Amino acid sequence: MSDIVENGTWQEIGPTDDFVVDLGVCVQNGDDQVAVFRLAEDEWYATQNLCPHQKQMVLSRGLTGDVKGEPKITCPLHKRSFSLRSGEFLGEGEMDCLKVYEVKSEAGKVFLKL
Amino acid sequence: MSQETIIVVGNGMVGCKFCATLVEKDADKRFKLITFCEESHPAYDRVHLSEYFSGKTAEDLMLQPESWYAENGIELHLEDKVVSIDREKKSVTSAKGVELVYDKLILATGSSPFVPPVPGIEKEGVFVYRTIEDLEGMMDYAKKATKAAVIGGGLLGLEAAKASQDLGMETHVIEFMSRLMPRQVDDAGGEILKGIIEERGLSVHLNKATTNIAGDGKVEAMEFKDGSSLGVDMIIVSAGIRPRDELARECGLEVGPRGGVVVNDNLLTSDPDIFAIGEVALYNNFIYGLVAPGYKMADIVATQLLGGEGAFQGADMSTKLKLIGTDVASFGNIEPKEEHKDIVITDPVRGIYKRLITTTDGKLLLGGILIGDADAYGNLLQMTLNEMELPEDPMALILPAGSGEAPSFGPGSLPDTAQICSCEDVSKGSICEAIEGGARTIPELKSCTKAGTGCGGCVPLLTNLLNHQLEEMGEEVNTDLCEHFSHTRQELYRIVRTTGIDNFDSLIEAHGNGGRGCEICKPAVGSILASVYNDKVISQGNRKLQDTNDRFLANIQKNGTYSVVPRVPGGEITADKLITIGEVSKEYDLYVKITGGQRIDMFGAKVNDLPKIWEKLIAAGFESGHAYGKALRTIKSCVGSTWCRFGVQDSTGMAIMLENRYKGIRSPHKLKSAVSGCTRECAEAQSKDFGVIATENGWNLYLGGNGGMKPRHADLFATDLDDDTLVAYIDRFLMYYIKTADKLTRTSVWVDSLEGGIEHLKDVIINDSLGLCEELDKQMQHLVDTYHCEWKDAVEDPEKLKRFKHFGNSESTDPNIKFVRERDQIRPANEDELATV
Repeated sequence: MSDIVENGTWQEIGPTDDFVVDLGVCVQNGDDQVAVFRLAEDEWYATQNLCPHQKQMVLSRGLTGDVKGEPKITCPLHKRSFSLRSGEFLGEGEMDCLKVYEVKSEAGKVFLKL
Repeated sequence: MSQETIIVVGNGMVGCKFCATLVEKDADKRFKLITFCEESHPAYDRVHLSEYFSGKTAEDLMLQPESWYAENGIELHLEDKVVSIDREKKSVTSAKGVELVYDKLILATGSSPFVPPVPGIEKEGVFVYRTIEDLEGMMDYAKKATKAAVIGGGLLGLEAAKASQDLGMETHVIEFMSRLMPRQVDDAGGEILKGIIEERGLSVHLNKATTNIAGDGKVEAMEFKDGSSLGVDMIIVSAGIRPRDELARECGLEVGPRGGVVVNDNLLTSDPDIFAIGEVALYNNFIYGLVAPGYKMADIVATQLLGGEGAFQGADMSTKLKLIGTDVASFGNIEPKEEHKDIVITDPVRGIYKRLITTTDGKLLLGGILIGDADAYGNLLQMTLNEMELPEDPMALILPAGSGEAPSFGPGSLPDTAQICSCEDVSKGSICEAIEGGARTIPELKSCTKAGTGCGGCVPLLTNLLNHQLEEMGEEVNTDLCEHFSHTRQELYRIVRTTGIDNFDSLIEAHGNGGRGCEICKPAVGSILASVYNDKVISQGNRKLQDTNDRFLANIQKNGTYSVVPRVPGGEITADKLITIGEVSKEYDLYVKITGGQRIDMFGAKVNDLPKIWEKLIAAGFESGHAYGKALRTIKSCVGSTWCRFGVQDSTGMAIMLENRYKGIRSPHKLKSAVSGCTRECAEAQSKDFGVIATENGWNLYLGGNGGMKPRHADLFATDLDDDTLVAYIDRFLMYYIKTADKLTRTSVWVDSLEGGIEHLKDVIINDSLGLCEELDKQMQHLVDTYHCEWKDAVEDPEKLKRFKHFGNSESTDPNIKFVRERDQIRPANEDELATV
């Protein structure tokens, strides 16, 4: 099951133009890190930056893409893929889900619900 | 002291060996040697007799040149044979009437082919296979014959069958027993052997007893006990041997009931002055029909004559030979008792059969059979003979060693037990099972076997295996790049070339199946675009295609930090540059290690620090080493003729020139190279994608080598090249590889996958058989001309620099990265340590 942060507040994380389509950006949130992905002009996703496989803060540097239409992020270390919508692991076997966050762009700025 | 006379009756392989051994040991010339040879040629190599058909002359096959005998004081009576022995007078008489007295007599008369008393066997067109004269007769008769049968499917029979086939005849092998080579192999091995032999166009008939040879004066047909018949116009009999013991019988020496001169441990016959050696000697009621035991006997007799001690105690009948192009070997005891253990690998597809027989506890090797691949023979024989304890997994002894010798080593040649994925310990057998169970793609295989889910290094092999198995099952092989492109990498490369499309989005729209792409097609397309246009890999539009290494122009390590490798062409570096590397490593507290490719790797760099590190390196004259890219890594070299007293060319200079020429070029996989300054090969060029070895006259070029996971010895491509030709050939080789290889396929795998392998490459690159050379030359020149240092490009572009930070919303580095110190340098903290640092 995916773990969606619901009770947060929207926080501005930077100008929309700093987010390149199809690439990720890592956002510092206190001691925690969130990976924000822009997959089209106005299509945004955000997950934890920690890859549950080897517990490294690297997901924002992975490749985005899709499997049968489901948007996904692939970890740069060992190519584990996760759904950007639900955070679920898309491979076989046991793997923790990613925490996913709400993210949006308004008036040239990007907001993340933390 | 007067010389004693030794007469050697018979100048076959063993008789000749005896002479040679005695001459060598008899420094004081105590003995006078006389030998009789009934044939017109002195001793020749009967083991390789069939090579007489493939162009070797009688002289080539001779063990010693005719002049050798006189030079060593041996009296050689050619075309004369001993017809009687007078043991009273200690003398022999020859067919030509020569009578000579001996002190010691050596019987080395060997054996003659056994010709079964089948009615009609005397007809014209029936031959035996034993001497050069026999072969000459066969060659002559074969001019008017088209179909031949060999009676006997033993070692020699199969040799004869090969010879007959080489003479252009349709050839049949007729074996009385239920398997081929009944004395050397077991039923299962015989079955594999039969398959191999039939594949080479020979027909094999087992359980056939010949009852009559029909024909009017000459051979026309064979009739068998089971009522069947076979029309042939020539027959070669190879139904075993009979010791030539006539002389011994006539002079009253003891002979065995089924022939053979009885000898004791000293190889003495019943007459203390007469020895018998080789195939005429019957020791312990056994005739040793191989050359090695015969040689051993020769040595023992020579030793005794010279006053030494020696006793024959039987001999190992182990043998290894190449039969009709196939390795066949057997050693030790191949008839196990029930309590013994058996380890068997069978691969009928590749014609491989290996069997080890061990003691009940599995600790000692008793014997075995190797068919199709006998590389392990030497070791296994040693283990058997020396009763060495077996390793825990004896199977490993007969797995293919990946020796790279076989030019077309495919996944089919691996035994089922071969480990494909070492991370997850998945065998070929389990993968094949999964494929039979319905797995059709790599992701499916990964999920049901876990193979390829670790380091991923085995995925190319896994893909080959999958394709191979699917082909075997007659199913169409899916070579789609991924779900987004129904094309192979080669097809996409061609599309990009012909359409001029220069970005991913247009390519997926025009030639893809929709969607956003994925971690497979994005880097593959990124690499193709770089190979064709050589645009900057992290330019707008290209950057999003690159995996993290290419995107950050550095190599990601397990904790998310990167390593930095500057180019050190040919491994040549100045003191100033070394100092810079030292200073930079010290300033950023990087772990330093010398790589296998004669470069220096600096580990532990944080994303934020990468551009600053590069700036300092660039200022000292360094460039990117492209250690992060599927590109040329390094060209190792030795110091060559500049320093080395053995060097014949300037290998360092050549390596630097080549490295500077090909640096930065993106290819389907990484490329490694080396240049050695002489044949001592200190740079290990033969394990590289392209390797160059200096000769007195220029350079030898080797292609398709690999170290790493699946080593392959490079193939010699061309010799004694001048500098320009060398460069032209490498240019074309690389461009042709870039044009036609599948994604993430090293040149070693690619060369093996090419129909015709290295010969095909020679055709394309040297003979321009595809008319491609001009195009390849031009494309390579474009890549060389558009080279750029990717680090320099990045540090000079503020837009690109913005991406080199860990956080989008802060300048901090990743606080989660923790190091500990070990041997005076940093290393990533492990999980236990993370809590405490």
